[in-house]
Amino acid sequence: MAEEITPQVGTAIPVLAAGRQVGPKRPSEWRRAWRSLLRARWPLFALIIMGVMVFLALFGPQVSPRDPTKQALLQRQKPPGFVDRQGVTYFLGTDALGRDIYSRLIYGARVSLAVGVAAVGIGGTIGILLGLIAGYFGGAIDDIIMRVADIQLAFPFILLAIMVLVVLGQGIGNLILVLGIGQWVTYARIARAQTIAQRSREYVEAARSVGASSSRIMFRSIFPNIVAPLIVLASFNVASVILAEASLSFLGLGVPPTIPTWGGMLSESRDGLLGGFWWLAVFPGVCIMLTVLALNLLGDWLRDFLDPRLRGR
Amino acid sequence: MGKYLARRLAQSIIVVFGVTLLSYFALFLAGDPTYLYVSERASQEEIDLVRKQLGFDRPVLEQYLRYIGGLLRGDLGNSLQTRTPALDLVLERLPATLELTIFAMLLSVLLAIPIGVISALKRGTVIDGAAMLFAMAGQSMPSFWLGIMLILFVGLQLRWLPISGHVPIIQPLLNGTFDIATLPDALRHLALPAITIGVFSLSRNARLIRSSMLETLPQDYVQTARSKGLQERLVVMRHAFRNAMIPIVTMIGLEFGFLLSGVVVVETVFSWPGVGRLVFNAINQQDIPLVQASVVVFSFIFVLLNLFVDLIYAQLDPRVRLN
Repeated sequence: MAEEITPQVGTAIPVLAAGRQVGPKRPSEWRRAWRSLLRARWPLFALIIMGVMVFLALFGPQVSPRDPTKQALLQRQKPPGFVDRQGVTYFLGTDALGRDIYSRLIYGARVSLAVGVAAVGIGGTIGILLGLIAGYFGGAIDDIIMRVADIQLAFPFILLAIMVLVVLGQGIGNLILVLGIGQWVTYARIARAQTIAQRSREYVEAARSVGASSSRIMFRSIFPNIVAPLIVLASFNVASVILAEASLSFLGLGVPPTIPTWGGMLSESRDGLLGGFWWLAVFPGVCIMLTVLALNLLGDWLRDFLDPRLRGR
Repeated sequence: MGKYLARRLAQSIIVVFGVTLLSYFALFLAGDPTYLYVSERASQEEIDLVRKQLGFDRPVLEQYLRYIGGLLRGDLGNSLQTRTPALDLVLERLPATLELTIFAMLLSVLLAIPIGVISALKRGTVIDGAAMLFAMAGQSMPSFWLGIMLILFVGLQLRWLPISGHVPIIQPLLNGTFDIATLPDALRHLALPAITIGVFSLSRNARLIRSSMLETLPQDYVQTARSKGLQERLVVMRHAFRNAMIPIVTMIGLEFGFLLSGVVVVETVFSWPGVGRLVFNAINQQDIPLVQASVVVFSFIFVLLNLFVDLIYAQLDPRVRLN
């Protein structure tokens, strides 16, 4: 389900005028972006949520009230607001092993965001590189790269991920690698289409005529001009990778159970459902939803900001 | 059309070939695949025996050709747990999964159309805002979490709908023993799992239909239809909506495969006796041949459906087959 949010995105974003920096690079561009954020209410809300999540991911150990892995079998499945004999409040309750849910959620932010960003980093790098090469050189190289991409798109990605992870076993490294490889196709397609549109522009001709090498033209001339739609894609993509990670963790194929993750907590919560221990399931899901929602909202805003013609679509 | 058909068919064969290649060589990612088939306490003799039995001592190419040969004869190896053919186990569970997927698809498409069209027509109003907020939220939650929430609040708290159990529809239809009286009960059991799987697609489709409508509504031909005095309802349905549907048909084609891959987690949540839960159990028991067989069967269905949708699409829109 990883690449599901993206199809409507990339194709809809034509690159702006040739030779112009389209990403928010120069200071005035940043200021314009900031003002646009303040005007629209939802993206600002999203930015605040992401700020909180990033803060928790970075400083989890410093702000979490308790050790997220410490078990207390005498106070299992206590509801939110539970106060133990020492007068310590567990304000989101405890899980089936008596661990503090609030602390586990804080640690979970770290895994979700790290996996999301790392997988998108890997997939994006591979995809953009192959897309630039395919679009710039064309011919047989282009054909081969795009046929491989077609094969991968014609195949539900999560199944491949399951197959590979069953063989390789659990582990953050394996998970990031598999999720990353699942993402490259969309980047490659967009990067290729944009590169083809750019390669006959005057500024590329100019670079070539002064003797710039192919790699210099690709990375220094073309790449800055096609980066905008790729950034938008990446922001939606981190969201869908976080969802995929949660699904795989839920299946027991993600991060080892000793590390607290939102998907893993949901997986564990299933046993407590019939007992009515709702807090085991509600809070991790809310965290996933808020994070993914925030990334989607930011992606929407970014797309509109970079291409005002699409506003409100 | 004949040329297009031939090209598309050739592409599909290449994809199926690619899938078998991937699913077979995935076994070798962790080194000697023999260890995936024996228990942790197996003695060296046992390991050697299994390696020989499964042919892992032969050259890789020969093994792969043998695997393809088996595939063509409908042999996908035996399940490690039940020692019975893996393909039979998968096919046995397939009807329940198809019921769920088809129902989820109907739900997501049939609801998405009115929501998307109305949102586009009422653009900027409270109705549009609320619909799109829900759609955004629907795209942002993990489906299995929605399932858990539905179980907790609709199933256990309100007791409106059953949270587990399955009343078969497709199997009795095939056997000719279908009794229409069981249908309401079957649908009641389908409701929660189908909603769970369908909400993500519903949200995405609603957003897609809305934006596609927003693109067609200002077009000249829509204005022309309006200016010649057609009723607004006809303008919207006959002129704008028809053309807005073109990009959506492709999406719906891909949708089935997407829903199919969502069943693995959702069937697990609802204890639905389909292929998804079979895969989940196979994962937990490290039953590799069974996981492999399920992946191959799912991919095959996915590829067939894509082919089918593309052909319909080419029939509808001549530009597709001419390009």
